[in-house]
Amino acid sequence: MPLSLLQLVIAAIAAWLAIGALGLVRPRHLPFISRALFPAGAAVGLALAVVAFLGIGPLPQATVLPIGLPDLPFHLRLDSLSAFFLLLLGAAGSAISLFSVGYFRSSEGTAPGVICFQYHAFLASMALVLVADDAYAFMVAWESMALASYFLVTTEHRIPEIRHAGFLYLLIAHVGAIGILLCFGVLQGGSGDYTFGSMRSMILTGAWPSAAFFLALFGFGAKAGLVPMHIWLPEAHPAAPSPVSALMSGIMLKTAIYGLLRVTFDLLNGQLWWWGVVALSLGLVTALFGVIFAAVQTDMKRLLAYSSIENIGIIVAGIGLTILFKAYGKTLLAAITLTAVLYHTLNHAFFKSLLFLATGSVLHATKERSLGKLGGLIHRMPWVAWLALVGTLAIAGLPPLNGFVSEWLLLQAFLFTPSLPQSFVNMLVPVAAAALVLAVALAAYVMVKFYGVIFLGQPREPNLAYAKDAGLFERCALVWLALGCVLLGLFPVNVIAMLDPINTMLIGSTAGHAITDNWLLLAPISADRSSYSPLIVLVVIAAMVLLTIQVVHRFYHGRVRTADPWDCGFPLQTPRMQDSAEGFGQPIRQVFEPFFRIERHLPSPFDAAPVYSLKADDHWWYWLYLPIARSADFVARLVGRIQQGRISVYLTYSFFTLLTLLFFVR
Amino acid sequence: MTISALLSQLLQLAIALALAPLLVGWVNQCRAWLQNKSAPSLLLPYRTIRKLFMKDAVVASSASPIFRLAPYVVFGAMCCAAAIVPSLATDLPFARAADAIALVGLFALARVFISLAAMDIGTSFGTMGARREMFVGFLAEPALLMVLFTASLISGSTSLPTIVDTLAHRELAIYPSLALAGVAFTMVSLAENARIPVDNPATHLELTMIHEAMILEYSARHLALIEWASALKLFNYSCIGLAIFLPFGIAAGSDNWLAILGAAPALIGKLILGGFALALIETLSAKMRIFRAPEFLGTAFLLAVLAMLVNQLLGS
Repeated sequence: MPLSLLQLVIAAIAAWLAIGALGLVRPRHLPFISRALFPAGAAVGLALAVVAFLGIGPLPQATVLPIGLPDLPFHLRLDSLSAFFLLLLGAAGSAISLFSVGYFRSSEGTAPGVICFQYHAFLASMALVLVADDAYAFMVAWESMALASYFLVTTEHRIPEIRHAGFLYLLIAHVGAIGILLCFGVLQGGSGDYTFGSMRSMILTGAWPSAAFFLALFGFGAKAGLVPMHIWLPEAHPAAPSPVSALMSGIMLKTAIYGLLRVTFDLLNGQLWWWGVVALSLGLVTALFGVIFAAVQTDMKRLLAYSSIENIGIIVAGIGLTILFKAYGKTLLAAITLTAVLYHTLNHAFFKSLLFLATGSVLHATKERSLGKLGGLIHRMPWVAWLALVGTLAIAGLPPLNGFVSEWLLLQAFLFTPSLPQSFVNMLVPVAAAALVLAVALAAYVMVKFYGVIFLGQPREPNLAYAKDAGLFERCALVWLALGCVLLGLFPVNVIAMLDPINTMLIGSTAGHAITDNWLLLAPISADRSSYSPLIVLVVIAAMVLLTIQVVHRFYHGRVRTADPWDCGFPLQTPRMQDSAEGFGQPIRQVFEPFFRIERHLPSPFDAAPVYSLKADDHWWYWLYLPIARSADFVARLVGRIQQGRISVYLTYSFFTLLTLLFFVR
Repeated sequence: MTISALLSQLLQLAIALALAPLLVGWVNQCRAWLQNKSAPSLLLPYRTIRKLFMKDAVVASSASPIFRLAPYVVFGAMCCAAAIVPSLATDLPFARAADAIALVGLFALARVFISLAAMDIGTSFGTMGARREMFVGFLAEPALLMVLFTASLISGSTSLPTIVDTLAHRELAIYPSLALAGVAFTMVSLAENARIPVDNPATHLELTMIHEAMILEYSARHLALIEWASALKLFNYSCIGLAIFLPFGIAAGSDNWLAILGAAPALIGKLILGGFALALIETLSAKMRIFRAPEFLGTAFLLAVLAMLVNQLLGS
């Protein structure tokens, strides 16, 4: 009997767990772990991607595993939505595993074998989240995912900051998990049946659907990094090793998007329009917030973490718009918007993993994470630099790469909104579109800063001259991800055709002509309204460039002399006179000053050793988290008063408790 | 796609390439007249480009291949943009491959590449120019997109030829939204083309320059391509403005060569007036401090958003 696709997925999960367990056998034997186990994990990821690709479209498959609680075994199900996210997990995950082959070394922190176990448990639990079909299995997988990633974040656990960042991550992850748990509690509607199948058929009334949606938005938003639950991202990502950052940012955040889509469009029957407005606004606020903070960062991984917040914001804004369209019965538009959402999710997995891995290579080569001490690496690390350029252009949303396609689709969706019946919503849309394009334009600013400061210019530190390019495995991983960015950008029609079964499943409509008419031309609704063909754009630009080079060299000449850069008559220029990361972000900081909590220390003219320092902090710490932490401390102190540490006092407490209880029971 | 459509496409591209430096020459001439100076020759931009092509290129020793590639990419992107913007006729086969949003994307591509090239040498001027260029761009780009969105909402399409067709062949009606968008577009064009009051194309004063700071390291053929590309950019912006706000005279199809021939004088006439207006604006206003630029561009952005709102309120 041939195995079904779902069984293959389960086999992949089991294989990952087995590989992880093998890592524990000889935890300090680095060659075995890095040369055998991680490549095997990458191969499993690739196989999973193939299986998942085949799984988008066919009818859902379900099975019950004989593990779990006595009368609540694990229900698993593979449908188009799960298959799409599994594809994302497999495709990006295999590249990250390949990169890890050359990345993990023996260090002061966790032993390589233990990392290998945590890493593969992380992958397996993410896959399990995506195929879980009851609340129990989902929560078990979700929590294992959080725990595995927590241990991965704290790999260098001897450093106090990293332990602190890990704790913050674990805290927010659990606060979010409570939200998800409560959401499932609402969804089962008193039936006591926690399988997703029964939740689908449950008709909730009154305020319950809204309660479920907002609990899901809260719970999954905490994992995804929606404002104000975003604070763990910029702490956890710099702390984690780069492949782990790539896994978390590229894939794990997407499991939260998966959960939100699953609850909103699959488990809940019917959506209300104002959920869409809330999600749209929250998403746009998150996007703007993330990108503005990304612009002022000086640590390259923090910058990317804030950029992830921005992209999640864009995705959630798209989900909000989808809800809005679906609630008003515009299924075709909802399908186009959902396509944009899924497309951007896939894109983000590729380019963000690519950039995080590139920072990993830079980190290995230079031991430096601060942008202010990098520069000029394109000469020393050409492979990493050119591949990172692809990711940079893609994430900046430039044609003809993939970031532009999803943004294009989303903007098209915004332009269709005037047909909505509610004028209030119609008025909201131009403002929302404006916020979205502002975020996208700022992303280009951020990415020019990121790329220019790390890879271009002159090295800001002398030791950068010894930086070595990435090894073979790392190069292969980067090439694979960069290729993904290019192909996803050039063949949008094929990608959308692949995504269309999900539209049919969640929205009940296909994305229309975009996929049927012409493989070369992406044209939602009709070619008269709008059309885009990245392949033609690329061919024309490339042809123009080559033609110009040919013409210039043939009719004139190609002579080049090299000389020192022009010093403006001031010969004492040093590489430190280039813009630092702070300098490049300074205009944005100045324009958006109210967004930051700025602590500035200016030197006085009489200082012997003048010091200038500036710290741009997040308001949310001071508005939300510190008050909560302080009140928790306060409550703990109050409770502490009754803890005397003497046995007689505790016996007295027990006595009074008993008396009180007796009073009630009587 | 017919042969005549392809021909009209190539003709428009050739006209854009040929006329772009002339437009720059004309603006310079008008500005000289308005400022009571004796004007340089109208053909000076052509001579400059030719002279630069003849010279040996000098490239800084710290340059990477990005530095040498960027002028070609910028030039290619601007040619691509010139092929989308309807200047003579609206039957442009290539415009099906890239709509108004892609046009803004192409401008962004050029901007990102020239900024990266400016950071590549690692001089303080280069990075300063790149920072300022991206700074101007992050507000100008959304504002331009909002202007184009207003026009697309009126015509129900983001394809530039369809927008222009709809706007040119409607019954005469006044769109308040287009008036607001027009003001916003003018402000954006000034900023994007490195004109007073945001930038000054004629200065190399370190405190104020933006565009010139970025291209300080370029010489010879690279510089020629960049100069030509910025002339093309000015031409493209003028044509977008003329096509959306004064679309009269543009030929509807490509079959009617008489209409295309008739559109040429109309285009040239409009460009002459537009160039004069640009010189007038530049003469009458003063260069503003770099930190006033966000206010200026923020105004443009808000005006464009307002234009979209007005359009939603009043209906199209």
